[in-house]
Amino acid sequence: MVLWRREGFAEDAWAFLADDAEAPETGSIVVSLKRWLAEREALASRTGPVGVAVDAGADAQAHLPELANRPLVALAFAKFADGRSFSYARLLRDRHGFKGELRAVGEVLIDEIPLMLRCGFDSFDVTNAPTLAVLEAGRLPGPPIHYQPGSGGDEAPAGVRSWRTISAARQG
Amino acid sequence: MYHYDDFDAAFVAARVEQFRDQVARRLSGELTEEQFRPHRLMNGLYLQLHSYMLRIAVPYGTLNSRQMRKLAEIARKYDRGYGHFTTRQNIQYNWPALKDTPDILAELSSVEMHAIQTSGNCIRNVTADHYAGVAHDEIADPRPYAEILRQWSSLHPEFSFLPRKFKIAVNGAAHDRAVIQAHDIGLQVVRNNEGEIGFTVYVGGGMGRTPFIGRKVREFLPERDLLAYIEAILRVYNLEGRRDNKFKARIKILMHEKTLETLRDEIETEFAARDAKALDLPPEDVARVAAFFAPPELEPKKPVSDRVERRKSKDSRFASFFASNVVAHKVPGYVVVTVSLKAIGAVPGDASADQMDAVADLAEDYSHDELRVSHEQNLILPHVALDDLPAVYDRLASVDLATANAGAVTDIIACPGLDYCTLATARSIPVAQRIAQRFGDGARARSIGPLKINISGCVNACGHHHVGQIGILGLERAGEETYQITLGGSADENAAIGQITGPGFSSENIVGAIDTIVETYMGLRRRDDETFIEAFRRVGLAPFKEALYERSAGSDI
Repeated sequence: MVLWRREGFAEDAWAFLADDAEAPETGSIVVSLKRWLAEREALASRTGPVGVAVDAGADAQAHLPELANRPLVALAFAKFADGRSFSYARLLRDRHGFKGELRAVGEVLIDEIPLMLRCGFDSFDVTNAPTLAVLEAGRLPGPPIHYQPGSGGDEAPAGVRSWRTISAARQG
Repeated sequence: MYHYDDFDAAFVAARVEQFRDQVARRLSGELTEEQFRPHRLMNGLYLQLHSYMLRIAVPYGTLNSRQMRKLAEIARKYDRGYGHFTTRQNIQYNWPALKDTPDILAELSSVEMHAIQTSGNCIRNVTADHYAGVAHDEIADPRPYAEILRQWSSLHPEFSFLPRKFKIAVNGAAHDRAVIQAHDIGLQVVRNNEGEIGFTVYVGGGMGRTPFIGRKVREFLPERDLLAYIEAILRVYNLEGRRDNKFKARIKILMHEKTLETLRDEIETEFAARDAKALDLPPEDVARVAAFFAPPELEPKKPVSDRVERRKSKDSRFASFFASNVVAHKVPGYVVVTVSLKAIGAVPGDASADQMDAVADLAEDYSHDELRVSHEQNLILPHVALDDLPAVYDRLASVDLATANAGAVTDIIACPGLDYCTLATARSIPVAQRIAQRFGDGARARSIGPLKINISGCVNACGHHHVGQIGILGLERAGEETYQITLGGSADENAAIGQITGPGFSSENIVGAIDTIVETYMGLRRRDDETFIEAFRRVGLAPFKEALYERSAGSDI
């Protein structure tokens, strides 16, 4: 697994913990939503930051607002064709004021990454080899101009029509 | 009609290059078919029985002559010399090679066309009334709204991986010619008491194996809120639509399971929580897009043409064509001409490259360079001067496009069926051909009057059989094709799902069964102008059932 951000490949400072693994006293950890809900107070007494990993489903939707202050939320794409996490991302960014790191995990493929960026994701756990190859080549596919406002924070209005935007950070 | 500006052109060009790269990665084996599938689908490329099929968007069915000529050229160069116009106002080619598809898309972009989102689990091509801008009963032209929705939905970052496909239709007239209540979202343009434009919003219509008529979720949605409200519907659907069973994944099932009231409350809650600035649709932006659809300047003329009247009196075929394929334009002295793609015995919706060129020439010479594709799988010349009608008719006749059957028993809507489609369970096209041959284009067919027959070759219902006045559904039973009949469906503002008559009929007997239904109707109608659907609504299913299963006892069916 390799971590990619808009700026390029990066070291991962976060440790993803299994539900039965003991939480270390220090360091940045990510726990499942279920564990975080059950052990929220105990985890808060640690010295290191705690992120939350969220699978798509009813629990995710119900508890989304409570995640607004987390330093990291990891949203899962169990299959790339399951698009629910696109909506969770936009809700977190646009409605709940989430300012932390929003990570895409699971089946993260090259042609979805531009859409994920536009929904407010800013880091990506990538395992798919062809995806890594295109990211290494430094080119993201797809138009840098858009017909709807995004939540990625890098878009400016484009021209006269209210729904059009352009990504400042990207070249075609 | 709409014209691309630099932004639109750059967007489509970038999309073509992205698809070219995806095809190259598929051809090299880097992408598996499973990984390639969503990308090819989002560009209208299906894998069919014999070949790939490429579906090209004709947004809200509007075309100019240059675009139609390009479609003809693609048919010649990359296909087998023809194309198939669909019930969603699109055109599909049945025989393109995968390696050619990026070039086809590049050629299309040169005439401001694309195949974006003509398939896949995303927001599909937005459809509209094919008489938009020319109908007498129009509140407002639906196409500017359809165009705005087309743009807003293109590569939407949040809604490209929905539970299932999502179809939106817009109707701007009092009479619904866009079947809006059979769509995931149906928008009816209305004016409120203050004279302001808005929309009545229907959600949850759809065909397929579980048909539903759309339910009203909003009586009056102000124009300004169009995009924000649609986004709210899509978000609720993306989050809550079922993903465990693709046959239960459409929003119609979500509505059915949640109830109208609950789903409406969720949509309204989501809408109320929106960032009010984000998707506000300012009237000046609507006006900018609407300006593209300004009607051509037509000098009003005499509503009766001596030239047409003379020709009608001495040419009965022309008179029939005038009676069935020509309706009045909102400007006196002009007409809207339906070019039937249902010649007796032909494949419904198919047009040859030569026919496409001929229609393009006619549009340029006689219809202000404009054409429409109807969801009934015909073409429309929307702005023809009445005096030009004989000339238009003669040129249509010279390419076998003057069949006088618009809206008649032989104007059959049919999906491609088992002749092309991997999903099909039975053939549709040969059944349509044989029914058309049975009724022909003589006095008998004319005496039947308006009658809509729809044929689907499987439960997915691409031929919209549920809303056909006579619907035919092709199924497979113990290795044999069998055809189930429904009666009383309706695709307009009185939308209704047809009722099943009873056991299905074999391929051999289906044409006789349709004949029996038509004869039964002819026998019980009160006047010659009581249409099939009016008569059916008066008498119900019983007399037809009796004729099909009891009286004739299979002897003549």
